Amino acid sequence: MREFLAQVFSAEVWGYVLPATWQTIYMTAISTAITIFFGLLFGILLYITDKDGLHPLPIFNKIFGAIINSVLSLPSMIVILLFLPLSKMIVGVSYGPKAFIVSLSIVCIPIFSRMVENSVLEVAKGKVEAAKAMGASNLDIIFKVMLPESLPTLIRNFVVLTITLISITAIAGSFGAGGLGELAVRFGYHRYRSDILAAVIIVLLVVVECLQLFGASISKKILKKRHLV
Amino acid sequence: MVALFIEIKNVSKKFKNHDQEFDVLKDINLEIQKGDIFGIIGFSGAGKSTLIRCINRLETVSSGTIHIGNHEIDKLSKKGMNLYRQKIGMIFQHFNLFDSRTVYGNVAFPLEVAGKSKQEIKRRVTEILELVNISDKKDFYPGQLSGGQKQRVGIARALANNPDILLSDEATSALDPVTSLSVLDLLKDINKKLGITIILITHSLDVIKYTCNNMAVLEDGLIAENGSVRKIFAKPSSETAKVFIKNNADLAKFDYLGGGDGI
Repeated sequence: MREFLAQVFSAEVWGYVLPATWQTIYMTAISTAITIFFGLLFGILLYITDKDGLHPLPIFNKIFGAIINSVLSLPSMIVILLFLPLSKMIVGVSYGPKAFIVSLSIVCIPIFSRMVENSVLEVAKGKVEAAKAMGASNLDIIFKVMLPESLPTLIRNFVVLTITLISITAIAGSFGAGGLGELAVRFGYHRYRSDILAAVIIVLLVVVECLQLFGASISKKILKKRHLV
Repeated sequence: MVALFIEIKNVSKKFKNHDQEFDVLKDINLEIQKGDIFGIIGFSGAGKSTLIRCINRLETVSSGTIHIGNHEIDKLSKKGMNLYRQKIGMIFQHFNLFDSRTVYGNVAFPLEVAGKSKQEIKRRVTEILELVNISDKKDFYPGQLSGGQKQRVGIARALANNPDILLSDEATSALDPVTSLSVLDLLKDINKKLGITIILITHSLDVIKYTCNNMAVLEDGLIAENGSVRKIFAKPSSETAKVFIKNNADLAKFDYLGGGDGI
């Protein structure tokens, strides 16, 4: 056991693990940024175009919702494969971390869109009514009421999104995206290097735990500041 | 001060639920004078909330017209609508304050929406918080306030843009009797100081008796009767008014209830 642990923390293992960790963080960070932008946009769009929303467009809402759902209902592995050609068109290559950013974002945007929609739906209807009664425009209502009011929930959802993204990067890894997922498959699975697999698991546990703690503490800080907890 | 200000003419409102249609308001006619405190009373489901929301067009009428001053409000464009709403304040049973903003931020909200400058906002918020007597809580969040304090902030927020009309939707129903009275006193005070027209809906007769000059009784979407509070109390003609007045008298017999309150 001691020998194994020494092996897990050896320079050789981390020589593989550290660069892969950076690749994973790189993929996750950029895909998260893209996902947040489009997820917020689409989530708010779903919310306002609902038949009870600020600007009802029932037909658009139904079609848009169906598109979101259809991407959601496919396994992420299939979505990744499906959009690789698109990645190639946009970034020029179809392997390595860069190539998979497009696919990863497409997997995650529908998830985060629904999360955003649910978060803003939680804002009490009375607050929206009050804002309307004061003559606020829809933009005012979104940016001055809905988003600030739902910020603690949004942050929590954002953490879940990031963690989901990390696990999806592992799937992308088995298609040549690089990162921790690829390392786990290449060494842990094909070459029986359980020391590398263990190191990968340790890194993932630490990263996810840190994210979780960080997100929860920010969310809680905001709630405390507003005296809601 | 006898100038016709709000004129509601033949207003009906239908709601569609699945395939069924409900008549929430049926041919409502009401005239409200400038500077009046006008009460609308009725049982739950009588259509009070819908009627008051037609006045600031949170609900659109199915037929009929509403004139305020020289404006027919159903003819307003969306932009005109938002400008018009800035001149009508509204307060709510559950206050509907923004938890993400301090007391200052809440009262500043309608001014931001109206595109006022930073200095103008600061001046007005300070002034209005003083008027409702809650200046010391300026930097507090709604989560730190009591119900009565929250409603004072709600009133301050509703008054920020110097509205001509204040709509009160069961504003004291969630408050204890003593706090209720202080909020109603504040409303009367504002009416006197600013000459603002107040329309309040309630299911408490005491609120009407204490606050209003004129009233209407809403019964199943119809105006059962309207006129001066004094007249209706002396000689109620509608069933609803009779029931309300009788219950009120019955309750008054129980001393410990203090003759009813705003609950």
